[in-house]
Amino acid sequence: MGGEVKRAKESWESTVLAGWLEENPESRSSFETKSGMSLDRLYTPAADEPDYLSRLNFPGQFPFTRGVTPNGYRSKPWVMGQYSGYGSAEEANERFRYLIEQGQTGFSIALDLPTQIGLDSDDPAACGEVGRVGVAIDSLEDVESLLRGIPWHKVRQIRTTANAISPIVAALFIASAQKNGIDPNSISVLIQNDVLKEYIGRGTFIFPPQPSVKLAVDVIEYCAAHLPNWTPMAICGYHIRDSGSTAVQEVAFTFANAIAYIEEALSRGVSIDAFAPKLYAFLGSDIDLLEEVAKFRAARRIWAHLLKERFGAKDPQSSRLNIFGYTLGSALTAQQPVNNLMRVTIAALAAVLGGVQTLATSSYDEAVCLPTQESVTLSLRTQQIIAAESGILGTVDPLGGSYAIESLTDEIEAQVLQVLKRIDQQGGAVNCIESGIIQNEVSEAAYALQKRIETGDRKLIGVNVYATTEKSRIPIFSINDDMEERQISRLRALKSRRNDRALNSCLLSIQRAARNNENLIPSMIEAVKEYATIGEICGVLRDVYGSHIDSTEF
Amino acid sequence: MTNRKMRILIGKPGLDGHNRGAKIIAKELCGQGYEVIYTGLRNSPEQIVSAAIQEAVDLIGLSILSGAHLRICRKIMDLLDQNGATDIPVIVGGIIPDDDVTKLKEMGISEVFGPGTSLSTIVEAIGNTLAAENAGRAPLKR
Repeated sequence: MGGEVKRAKESWESTVLAGWLEENPESRSSFETKSGMSLDRLYTPAADEPDYLSRLNFPGQFPFTRGVTPNGYRSKPWVMGQYSGYGSAEEANERFRYLIEQGQTGFSIALDLPTQIGLDSDDPAACGEVGRVGVAIDSLEDVESLLRGIPWHKVRQIRTTANAISPIVAALFIASAQKNGIDPNSISVLIQNDVLKEYIGRGTFIFPPQPSVKLAVDVIEYCAAHLPNWTPMAICGYHIRDSGSTAVQEVAFTFANAIAYIEEALSRGVSIDAFAPKLYAFLGSDIDLLEEVAKFRAARRIWAHLLKERFGAKDPQSSRLNIFGYTLGSALTAQQPVNNLMRVTIAALAAVLGGVQTLATSSYDEAVCLPTQESVTLSLRTQQIIAAESGILGTVDPLGGSYAIESLTDEIEAQVLQVLKRIDQQGGAVNCIESGIIQNEVSEAAYALQKRIETGDRKLIGVNVYATTEKSRIPIFSINDDMEERQISRLRALKSRRNDRALNSCLLSIQRAARNNENLIPSMIEAVKEYATIGEICGVLRDVYGSHIDSTEF
Repeated sequence: MTNRKMRILIGKPGLDGHNRGAKIIAKELCGQGYEVIYTGLRNSPEQIVSAAIQEAVDLIGLSILSGAHLRICRKIMDLLDQNGATDIPVIVGGIIPDDDVTKLKEMGISEVFGPGTSLSTIVEAIGNTLAAENAGRAPLKR
């Protein structure tokens, strides 16, 4: 090994690594291959390489290309997170209580579509969609049913997919904790709260982009001041990618959105280091293994420079990008669905080789129906097999230094920076979303990929090669249909027994705060304590901000 | 009818926001010489039917991934019937279980396409459906 890298490595070992290992002892005293060959914690160039220290450096050190921790997964593997939740609050509560009994300390709450777009369950437009893709939450009463009987001291983390309604959901958890005499900061709540990506993929927006950014930053601002343990935002690329974007577009648009939120937060006087350490990126992991590994590594490097150089972050945690990887649902096929097990395995491997902190794996039947218990278990086993049997946990960033991977990492970085520069020149993410530029670019990419599949240039096993006419026989998961009626009658009963005078005064306070451009969370906490519904609060905000009408361009 | 481009409405009824498939189909049909009207996300059955009648479309294509396809299609077929517009054929794409495909066809939906169907298959089926409609007889699959 050359002089400079060697000296730097010794210094890294004695400071960064040694300090880390004291707090995070490794799971084994030595790591070996199956045949007994010793595996080093970290492999580095044998001779000095130009730019090694500035472009790659050692794991846990700026710019974090080789990972955010000094020893990868040797102390503990990534967090195996799974997404779940459907039906009524009571049904979800049963499931959560079971999971807590089994020793799980955190859970994710998926919300149904009406809830996500600010419609109460009794809204005519919600008909047929209540409780279908997640839990229906209309008011604090549903949050109370959802959390009933759950020992709060055992709950470490609650994750939720609220975006357009994120400040209301924050208010609901705060109010619920306060009513139980618990400090809301003692539980860690993760709110997805990345509404800009909803205009690019997935589509659960309510208001126009500009006020939506304001609402998202209300959560960031409130948490920075009052709830430092909460994660106020996950910047999301997954949904953009699942809408057909390329890997470069996924990272570029995610970071362009992040820049919009950060700029808004800084303009309110929130310090970058007061919230950036808590942010993390939710990215897809596709099946193209080399590109994905390079993407995760490039994303960390770009983020590190962005936070340090553009936003002046001083806390190293701010420039350290934690990644939640999720194997891409759109890579799965409805034809020969069991093949998806292999696709998920490759995508999961890409995420692990890319050094993610949390990984969720898709179920093989997702292209056909909502996952069954059996398929969810299989997808978890996939992760467990990679962690326990594949041996790739033994060394950090195992593909680092590969000519192919480093070259792809550099290429993705360069292309992402180019897109980011162009978005800046075009007035930032909000402008580019309002004008539809970003949406159109994603549609173009999705169409181009589909054409490659049509021509056979991109092969899909079971679809355009080795297709069979045999019908797939997989169990179909179905949901109870009278759930919707029960939810509606519960909501109507609630609406008839509230204190209408107190409720209306709370809704007026929200309206006033919105008109005065104040942070809305304090007035929302008061309103949800009077059992104002999400639909009612969104109704007030629709009057102030207007509604976003989806573009009819394609 | 022969003097103008055939006009197709692509709609996304319901609250689901996954519009990748709908937009890809819209683009492809455009490239194939059709005039395409994409109505964006969160259309109600009423909006779709009234747009279809106002724009005098020759065919309606619906993309439904939320699982609410039976309810939505029933409503749209009823509305077409009430408005005397049953001559507009309706096709559906989405994640539709086999049993429901049968039910949709019984309702009068001309074609149902599942995930992974190739664009050429869809374009061909649309061409056949329109040809059958134009020839003044019911399409074969209705």
